[in-house]
Amino acid sequence: MNSAVNMKTSIADLRPTQHGRLYWTITDALTLAKRQLIQFQRIPEELVFATIQPIMFVLLFRYVFGGAINTHGVTYVNYLMAGIFVQTVAFGSVSTGIGLANDLQKGLIDRFRSLPMSKSAVLIGRTLADLVRNTFVVIVMLIVGLLVGFRPEGGPLGWLLALGILLLFTFAFSWIGATIALSVRSVEAAQSAGFIWLFPLTFASSAFVLVSTMPIWLQGFAEHQPVSVIINAVRGLTLGQNVASDVWQAIVWCLAILAVFVPLAVWTYIRRTAR
Amino acid sequence: MARNDFAIRAQGLEKRYGETRALRGLDLAAEEGTVLGVLGPNGAGKTTAVRILTTLIKPDAGHAEVAGLDVVRQGDELRARIGLAGQYAAVDEYLTGRENLVMFGKLYHLPGSVARRRADELLERFDLTEAASRPVKTYSGGMRRRLDLSASLVIAPPVLFLDEPTTGLDPRGRLEMWDVIGGLVADGTTVLLTTQYLEEADQLANNIVVIDHGHVIAQGTSDELKTQVGGERLEITLARGGNLNTALAALRPYSAGEPQIEAEHRHIVVPVVNGAQQLPAVVRDLDSAGIRLDDLALRRPTLDDVFLTLTGHAAEEKPTPDEPSTGRNSRQPARENEKVTA
Repeated sequence: MNSAVNMKTSIADLRPTQHGRLYWTITDALTLAKRQLIQFQRIPEELVFATIQPIMFVLLFRYVFGGAINTHGVTYVNYLMAGIFVQTVAFGSVSTGIGLANDLQKGLIDRFRSLPMSKSAVLIGRTLADLVRNTFVVIVMLIVGLLVGFRPEGGPLGWLLALGILLLFTFAFSWIGATIALSVRSVEAAQSAGFIWLFPLTFASSAFVLVSTMPIWLQGFAEHQPVSVIINAVRGLTLGQNVASDVWQAIVWCLAILAVFVPLAVWTYIRRTAR
Repeated sequence: MARNDFAIRAQGLEKRYGETRALRGLDLAAEEGTVLGVLGPNGAGKTTAVRILTTLIKPDAGHAEVAGLDVVRQGDELRARIGLAGQYAAVDEYLTGRENLVMFGKLYHLPGSVARRRADELLERFDLTEAASRPVKTYSGGMRRRLDLSASLVIAPPVLFLDEPTTGLDPRGRLEMWDVIGGLVADGTTVLLTTQYLEEADQLANNIVVIDHGHVIAQGTSDELKTQVGGERLEITLARGGNLNTALAALRPYSAGEPQIEAEHRHIVVPVVNGAQQLPAVVRDLDSAGIRLDDLALRRPTLDDVFLTLTGHAAEEKPTPDEPSTGRNSRQPARENEKVTA
C-alpha cells in the first residue's frame, strides 16, 4: 500500500511555523473568516433572503404605514431608513449565532479545538466575516432606500461616521448573538432565542415612529435604549443634523456591549465546549 | 521499559457529568506504531476517553500522556502532534475538498504553500482528486469520511485518534476505510480506534480494550480475548420439523457445557473441546438418530461472544434476524445508521 502519511512533502516540512500568540489569533481568525466568505458565495440564496426581509420592511413602512405616521418636517422615507439600517444589522446578529450553533452541531468546533490554533479565533473569525456580510446588506439597503425616495442631506463625513457606527454596532451585536447561541443547545434554539429579544428592542425604538407618540411608560425605555441611540445617531448623521451627543452615546454603547459580551462569549464558548 | 515506548498512556481517568460517571478509573496504553481498539457499547465512555486524550476536555482525576506529552498541562504542544477524526465528518460542507484541507493545514500553522501541496497529496492518496474542486455537500458518505480522515493527517501526526470512523457507512465504505486505516498503521502511526463493531476491532487492532460503564473489563489481543471466553462451539440448525430434544440427546456426549437453544430457529449451540476431531462422530450420531440438518458449523468465539460473556449483554441491540445465524463469521454489524454515542 502507498505510504499514506509520508508522501512527497517530508515530515520536516509539516512542522508548524513559529509566531507569537497575537499573530496566530489574527491569522487564524482571518483563515476562518475567509472560509465564511467562501460560504457566502456558495449559498447566495442565504444572502438574498437576508436582504429580502428588510426590503419588505422598507416597502411596507414606506408605502403602507408611512402615510399615517407624522415625522415632523422630515419626509417619512428619510426618517425610516436609519431605522431600517440598524434593524437589519441587528437581525444580522442572529446569523452569527446560527452559524456557530451549526459548527458546534456538526463537530467542526471539536475539530478546530483539536488543532494547535488560537481558541478565540473561532469567534473572532466569525464575527469579522459577519461584519463583511452586514456591510454588503447595508449597501443593498441604501440602494433600495435611494430607489424609494431616500434623499439624505448629510455630508460625506457624516456618512462615513454613520457607516462606522453601523459597523461597530453590528460587530457588537454579533457577540451578543454568539453568546446566545453558545448558551442554548440547538441550532433551532439559537435561531428563535436570537430573534426574540430583538423585536421589542427594534420596534420599541425610534426606528419607525417618533418615541413621543408612544405611551408615557414606554417612552423612557424607547428613548434611552441602545438601539434608539444608534438609530438617532445614524439618522442625524445621514440627514445632516447636529447629533454630536447621540454619536458619542452610540459609540459608548457599542464599546460597552463589546466590553461585556466579548469576554462573556469567550467564557460561554469555553464552558460550552469543555464538556 | 521507558515510558516513551508508549504513544498513549492513561491511568485512572475519571469523568463525571452530573450524576453520571462517564469514566471510572479508565486505564489505557498503546505502544508506538500499534493500533489500540477501544470497544464498547453506546455510552460506555469511548468518546469521553477520546475527548480527554485529544485535549478537548479535562479529566476530573487521573493522568494521561500522548506522544510523551501530558494532555492537561501540555495541551498546546500536544495538539500539534495528534490528528482526530470523529463520528461526524467534521468538514465544511460548502467548501470544496481542497479548500477544506488547505484551511486545516493553515490552522495547523503550516505555511500556505506547504498546506496547498499537502492538500493535493492527501487528495490524491485518498482518491479524491477528481472531486477536489467540488463542494463537500456533493460527496458520498464514504468520500466525506475519507476527506475527514485526510484532514486529521495534514501534519502526518504520530498519534491518530479515530472515533468510530466507520459508523454510518455502508459496507463498501467500511471496507474502504479499513483499507486506508491499515495503510496508516503500516506507516508507523499509532492509532487509537473506537468502535462498536466487533468485527472492525478484530480486523484492525493489535490490542483490544473492552470498556463498559467507564472502565476496562477486558483487554488483550483478539485471540487472547476469545480464549478468555472459552473454546469452540458447535452450531447446528435442524431442518424444518426436526425434533430439538432428539438432537440434544445425540449431542450430549460431546458437549463440554450447557447447550444454548433457540427453539424458534431450530438452532442449537454446544460448547465443545477438540471440535475438529469430534466432528465426524457427531455427524454420524446425528444421522443415525434421524436428525436432518439445514446447517452445521464449528466456530471459534467472536468478539460478540466475548462481549456477551463479559458484560452479560450484547454489544449492540439487534433485531432478530430473519434467518438463523449459521456458520462462522455470519454476524454482521447490526446497525448501519448509528448516529450518536455518548
